[in-house]
Amino acid sequence: MTLHADLIVLLPELMLAIGAMALLLVGVFAGDRATGLVSWLAIALLAAAGVYIFAHPEPAKAFHGAFTVDGFSRFVKLLILTGAALCILMAKEFFAIDRTQRFELPVLMLLATLGMLLMVSASSFIALYMGLELQSLALYVLASFNRDSLRSTEAGLKYFVLGALSSGMLLYGISLIYGFTGTTEFAGIAAATAATGANIGLIFGLVFLIAGLAFKVGAVPFHMWTPDVYEGSPTPVTAFFVTAAKVAAFALFIRAVIAPFPAVIHQWQQVILAVSVLSTVLGAVAAIGQTNIKRLLAYSSIGHVGYALLGLAAGTAGGIQAMLVYLAFYLITNLGMFACVAAMRRDGESVEDISDLAGLSRTQPHYAFALGALVFSLAGLPPMFGFVGKLYVFGAAMQAHLYIPAIINVLASVIGAFYYLRIIQIMYFDEPKRGLDHDTGPGTAVIMWGSAAISILYFVMPGPLLAIAGTAAHTLFP
Amino acid sequence: MSHILSLVTFLPLIGIVFILLTRGSDATVARNAKWAALITTLVEFVLAMVIWIKFDGTTAAFQFVEQGNWLAPGITYHMGVDGISMLFVVLTAGLMPFCILASWNSIETRVAEYMIAFLALETMMIGVFTSLDLVLFYLFFEAGLIPMFLIIGVWGGKRRIYASFKFFLYTLLGSVLMLLAILAMYYMAGTTDIVTLLHFHFPPAMQTWLWLAFFASFAVKMPMWPVHTWLPDAHVEAPTAGSVILAGILLKMGGYGFLRFSVPMFPEASHMFAPFVFTLSIVAIIYTSLVALAQEDIKKLIAYSSVAHMGFVTMGIFTITHQGVEGGIFQMLSHGVVSGALFLCVGVIYDRMHTREIAAYGGLVNRMPVYAACFMIFTLANVGLPGTGGFVGEFLTMLGAFAANTWVAIFATTGIILSAAYALYVYRRVVFGELVKPALMTIKDLSPREFAILAPLVIITILMGVYPKPVFDVTTASVRNLITEYNTALAMDHAPQVAARLPGDSK
Repeated sequence: MTLHADLIVLLPELMLAIGAMALLLVGVFAGDRATGLVSWLAIALLAAAGVYIFAHPEPAKAFHGAFTVDGFSRFVKLLILTGAALCILMAKEFFAIDRTQRFELPVLMLLATLGMLLMVSASSFIALYMGLELQSLALYVLASFNRDSLRSTEAGLKYFVLGALSSGMLLYGISLIYGFTGTTEFAGIAAATAATGANIGLIFGLVFLIAGLAFKVGAVPFHMWTPDVYEGSPTPVTAFFVTAAKVAAFALFIRAVIAPFPAVIHQWQQVILAVSVLSTVLGAVAAIGQTNIKRLLAYSSIGHVGYALLGLAAGTAGGIQAMLVYLAFYLITNLGMFACVAAMRRDGESVEDISDLAGLSRTQPHYAFALGALVFSLAGLPPMFGFVGKLYVFGAAMQAHLYIPAIINVLASVIGAFYYLRIIQIMYFDEPKRGLDHDTGPGTAVIMWGSAAISILYFVMPGPLLAIAGTAAHTLFP
Repeated sequence: MSHILSLVTFLPLIGIVFILLTRGSDATVARNAKWAALITTLVEFVLAMVIWIKFDGTTAAFQFVEQGNWLAPGITYHMGVDGISMLFVVLTAGLMPFCILASWNSIETRVAEYMIAFLALETMMIGVFTSLDLVLFYLFFEAGLIPMFLIIGVWGGKRRIYASFKFFLYTLLGSVLMLLAILAMYYMAGTTDIVTLLHFHFPPAMQTWLWLAFFASFAVKMPMWPVHTWLPDAHVEAPTAGSVILAGILLKMGGYGFLRFSVPMFPEASHMFAPFVFTLSIVAIIYTSLVALAQEDIKKLIAYSSVAHMGFVTMGIFTITHQGVEGGIFQMLSHGVVSGALFLCVGVIYDRMHTREIAAYGGLVNRMPVYAACFMIFTLANVGLPGTGGFVGEFLTMLGAFAANTWVAIFATTGIILSAAYALYVYRRVVFGELVKPALMTIKDLSPREFAILAPLVIITILMGVYPKPVFDVTTASVRNLITEYNTALAMDHAPQVAARLPGDSK
């Protein structure tokens, strides 16, 4: 394969890389006044990349198999691009109201998205690590983007220190795996493990690898950073962490265990099951005491990580399909959720306490309705989108005979329903406090309503997404 | 014609859209919302009657069937009714207009939202009875929690938040286990289509687990002792119409679930667990009747009496005799009418006095003779007096129980005595006696609207007692089919054992 043919495969990523640098130059010359322009151009770039990926479904490999384009990467990349574009839109309006807009934000989000796309397609550990670090470095800066806020800088620093630690673990695991299989290519490792089975060194490497990946998705017991970072970062950045970044980390997780280690599934399955069960239970219980809505959503996202991992633990194409459906639900619903949080302002100041929503159903019934629908969707109640996601994940677990973890997780979802209901209670049952501001910005409102509408009406036409996710999942299992 | 079930299920959503589109002052919106809800529910009732008239009672097959693609292969949009489910659709559609009318003046805040919640609830309830796919059934079954949660929480009494959370979490806890069972069945049978699953033979060991998971959901919904504690709280705090729906329809979903899923799909397990269900039913009948005797709150008393009456239903269903099952269905229908009417009666005096305490009343017969007459008929129907709807169901379930196990029947009969005790006791304290309380001196008898609500219910209650044939015409074929298939399935499971034993017997 010539270099030219390799580069063609990478075209969407190249578009983003070159575009990000060009936008950086625009920003340098035009200053913060051009934030709006840079944001729209960034969204246009993401859309263009999305259209290209959508229009080129044929599978391809580049750079000696280190970079794979297949149905799986295509599905996840489209999700990531959607999430990133909408987060940039949300950020543009959010910081415009605060009058703290800076042109670096869309550029950093573009670079992070580039890293995500690379890691989704990576089929060797070196490529994976490069994509991951490109993404992570941009995210560290984004977390502390409110540079004058103590909480934001603390969030960035915490994220950086703990993220570096996890990257270290990941690298250590990769080096062990390389040492015991002689390659970093996924296909090569799969062949080696199929031939020799699991030896103790490989298992060590695998455990470190999973620990590092669990850290990136924020699963228990590597979840400690999420509440602090999610609470401290500016809301649109948190939205970006929760949606695009988490979906990318999940895709990475899926490919990095399914592609190289199908022969030793029994070695990693139990680890992932334990992580899954711990995440759902801790997410459900710890969220009960929260008063800050972003912190609450952080614990809620820990819980969702647990449910999604149940699909991975099944280790089947059905399980991955369930996970992809779950990720689609998770991304879409959380975008709407964070649009609602971004819209929580009183006298122009951002407020984040759940009690600030008191009586919202009287003061702003439409806003309360959208938020309520999203909350029920996150709780996984029918007929919302979240129910279909949960249905598939639990279905995959039942198919793989993972009865006990499924039962524990489903009971945790009942505990989790309590804190979701509490949000409903505060909005609908409690007496109104001073109302919230009405002007949220048109983009944020569109995200909020679009997301709520999809959450409510998804059950009418569930077929297409399920079919696409099924096809995408099967490409991982040749 | 073939889309009538979809129409009857989703028509309330059109009413919701209409309410959402009305603009104007709060008073205008409230008035339009009430009328829209009333008209929608009346049209629903007409549609339900059309279904009843067109229903063919001679066959046990599902009728008005619709099927279309939905989630995945094997999980389809499948609707249909048979003799077991059809009358519940009629009951739901029949009670809804009364609920709307009962809320006409008593709901003053957020009227449009209230009507929307009720219409959404109607869609979910009818969907439960018309869906012929387990996932679709589950979707309706659990989605109904959301509007009911809001109805209790927003328009309820003082402890509404506690009651609404308890209601929601209790029911959800039971349901999620059923969801896992549904998924396990899907992977075992390759489909969640109810018609197919009714003839699918699950291995007996698996049946036990599946039965328990379904039981967790339906026992809470029913509610059976000892998981009934959410019901008194929910009833007491819910607005009148919410209580009517709760007692009239939502509780029946449990019994319907037993009949539709537990008994025909898991016959082995049902056979095995029948004594267990009998025990719980007997405890419910006796214990909750005793608890009802001690209540100071009228709504709470009716709530406990509901638990006792549902005990008769579970007992009747699990005798799996023709009388028992038909009696169970009839008891559910008559209790739906009678308990709904009782809650409406309580609503009448609650609207006037704003208290549900029994001690606050007394001597109402002096100022409210018409009300006293209506209340008496419903009280007697609740006791199960011959000539009222309550008698037929209780008598038949007892007949079934007598055939299945004499002791069960004996204990259940004591429940009837106790129910007479608490019902007549509360009636005496509220209606009879001297009118001495100063607050009651000016109380008014039924208004025309209230009379229009209670009078039809009185007629239906008596009609069900003296002429139950129209109901049995619908149910008989389906119940007979249910029992035949149950016995066939049991015989099939026992056949190999019998065959194995034969050589030994010949020695």
